Amino acid sequence: MIRDITIGQYYPVDSVIHRLDPRTKLVGTMVFIIALFLADNIWGYLLATVVLALVIGSSKVPFRFIVRGLKAIVVLLLISVSFNLFLTDGEVLIKLGFLKVTREGIQTAGFMAVRLIYLVIGSSLMTFTTTPNQLTDGLEKGLGFLKPFHMPVHEVSMMMSIALRFIPILVEETDKIMKAQMARGADFESGNLIQKAKAMVPLLVPLFISAFRRATDLAMAMEARCYRGGEGRTKMKPLKYARRDRISYLLFAIYIGLVLVLRIML
Amino acid sequence: MGIKAVNLNHIYGQGTALAQYALKDVSFEIEDGEFVGLIGHTGSGKSTLIQHLNGLLRASGGELYYNGENIYNHGYDMRKLRSKVGLVFQYPEHQLFEVDVFSDVCFGPKNQGLSREDTEERAKRALQAVGLDESFYTQSPFELSGGQKRRVAIAGVLAMEPEVLILDEPTAGLDPKGRDEILDEIAVLHKEKKMTIILVSHSMEDIARYADRLMVMNHGEKVFDGPPKEVFKHYKELEKIGLAAPQITYIVQDLRSRGVDIDDEITTVAQARQAILNLLKPDTPQ
Amino acid sequence: MGIIKAAHVIFDYIKRDEEENIEEVNRAIDDLSLDIEKGDFVAVLGHNGSGKSTFAKHVNALLMPTDGTLWISDMNTRDEEKLWDIRKKTGMVFQNPDNQIIGNIVEEDVGFGPENIGVPTDEIWKRVDDSLEAVGMTAYRKKSPNKLSGGQKQRVAIAGVMAMRPQCIVLDEPTAMLDPNGRSEVIRTVRELNQKEGVTVLLITHYMEEVIHADRVIVMDDGRIVMDGTPREIFSRVEELKSYRLDVPQVTELAWELKKEGLPLPEGILTRQEFMDALMPVFAEKYPGKITV
Repeated sequence: MIRDITIGQYYPVDSVIHRLDPRTKLVGTMVFIIALFLADNIWGYLLATVVLALVIGSSKVPFRFIVRGLKAIVVLLLISVSFNLFLTDGEVLIKLGFLKVTREGIQTAGFMAVRLIYLVIGSSLMTFTTTPNQLTDGLEKGLGFLKPFHMPVHEVSMMMSIALRFIPILVEETDKIMKAQMARGADFESGNLIQKAKAMVPLLVPLFISAFRRATDLAMAMEARCYRGGEGRTKMKPLKYARRDRISYLLFAIYIGLVLVLRIML
Repeated sequence: MGIKAVNLNHIYGQGTALAQYALKDVSFEIEDGEFVGLIGHTGSGKSTLIQHLNGLLRASGGELYYNGENIYNHGYDMRKLRSKVGLVFQYPEHQLFEVDVFSDVCFGPKNQGLSREDTEERAKRALQAVGLDESFYTQSPFELSGGQKRRVAIAGVLAMEPEVLILDEPTAGLDPKGRDEILDEIAVLHKEKKMTIILVSHSMEDIARYADRLMVMNHGEKVFDGPPKEVFKHYKELEKIGLAAPQITYIVQDLRSRGVDIDDEITTVAQARQAILNLLKPDTPQ
Repeated sequence: MGIIKAAHVIFDYIKRDEEENIEEVNRAIDDLSLDIEKGDFVAVLGHNGSGKSTFAKHVNALLMPTDGTLWISDMNTRDEEKLWDIRKKTGMVFQNPDNQIIGNIVEEDVGFGPENIGVPTDEIWKRVDDSLEAVGMTAYRKKSPNKLSGGQKQRVAIAGVMAMRPQCIVLDEPTAMLDPNGRSEVIRTVRELNQKEGVTVLLITHYMEEVIHADRVIVMDDGRIVMDGTPREIFSRVEELKSYRLDVPQVTELAWELKKEGLPLPEGILTRQEFMDALMPVFAEKYPGKITV
């Protein structure tokens, strides 16, 4: 179940987007999100569509793979669309009992849906094309200016990267322990809330113990490989802006400019 | 009666482009009281198969009968099935959670809804069967040695007093002595309590010593099923799927190819020793 | 002097109660002395709890002796200034393949060690390329470790250690959690590294098949070295091995049993080939003309 979710899963191909500096991609994603919220008419959305299509095209991530990630937000999407559809005042088109559908409602719901879908696609494109390590590297370097203020930037990004590595392992482990306890007659489904919470003990205790054991093992393995914090470390993949990154920043500026122009002019 | 599987199929990711058969038309019948070894390399479908036998996984197609009843019938009591078909997972010590050994072993029978006395009675019997005496009852399971933890976990399943006991590599990670001790205890359960045993293992040597039937899985299909000595005769085919017969089988085949008239059904060191001595020193006492 | 030298090493696990009073002392290593030559393939056998893993952790200075001294290429492991040099010289591979891979991509994990010791970027890439090649995992360099089999994960872990250019690798039961294919994959890789790159190997295991090619076998029991010799010497003492809760390969056991019954076989037979070479003349004598020797 959890394994089916594609949000955040790196898609290993080689493309221009993959090769961009993670900092560029982080900024680009922010720019795209801001632009989506700035857009208030059809032209703004059309522009976003074109931008998104170009990025998807050059990322070489198959469209089908991207769409699969949307499954996770279907419920959220339906709720927000129906709220907007039925609860917006304006020119009534259809009336079903106390529910009415207005022209404005359709428009807002439509924009809302597009915005949400684009938001998810836009941000997952970043994780599709950036390995978690690059991502944390990007954050580490991008937030490096906080270091003089005693912010543990390296430590936090190392933690994130390790968490990313162990999430799938712990998900699998949860599944296994759950089955093992079910084989001993445990019941995770029936009963009231308190009974259900109690039924979680045989699952959570082994899971915590296992997580601690893994943490101890990993700490020892890291020490054995001479890890001693961020001081004096070199990078296998140091972040360096290339020409393509400078071009990207230029494109971001043009994009934001266009969005603003569209917003003011139309 | 026992277990009967008819054309069992299991497909992961059904309906997507990545659909994969974890089990493909697997059929067999296991009678009460058999000791079956199940072998196959990682990803051959053996772990998927055993999780079907106690209803933890549901087949994508095919039928599964326990004691003549189709477990996929509407309203079939899966929890009852799980207490009849006990499943010990790989590294079962990872499921321990209680503060002391005794309470942990009581978890299974308690879930079966037994009275306190019955629960404790069963826990005691189970701990005895795995060779842990009363001095262990109040100890924390987390402070025991690896082998002892493993036994507590096995006792946790035994305490449900299942009719069929399935063990997924119960000796993984143990040292040779620990391995023999656990396998011997399982053999006793089989002999004395007439329990049906299904033992998943990577060791052909262990299967040759303990099981009277061997099923071999490859790519989700059952490729061999018969007495170990019969299956081992196909050692060349076993090699093709990344498995191997016990070393003794190879020695016997080597001897036969050089003209020694030795029985090709020999699978253990003890049998080989006797056969070679019979040939070379017929006057040695048996 | 060898690459690893221990003189009367003692190690106690000390359990303390809440007030820091000593509650229990467990002696894991008891007066252990040994000298391991550079380039050797040394296997350490012993049942669980015999102290072999504790010793392994000493070699990497993850643990310090309670008493006695341990030198890794002339550096005392107690010398804190040398700590990182020692860890650079001796790499360590652990039992659980999942709990020692840090990177989310194979090649990034292999680069982790060199990054830590401040190797320049170009050099890291070279080392990563070489190490992946040496363990035969180049084709998987862009993959996520989670998608690999147990044996492949262990090979990545070995590559991660090799990238630090160590003189010695300590493998603490690297095959205990693997299936037979994964086991032979890992052992083959380790043997190759030993032969081609001349790395000293300290392999801790309880699988007897894995030690027959070692230059030297050490058996530990109760924190002490109880047997020390070539595989052939060790495997000719079947009864003694069994008394230390260990096992021998089937062919060794069969040969030993037959020898006990008076058949003229040499001691310490390790392989099928040796067994056949020794036994066939006996058959030929008994059944002349019927046997091909």
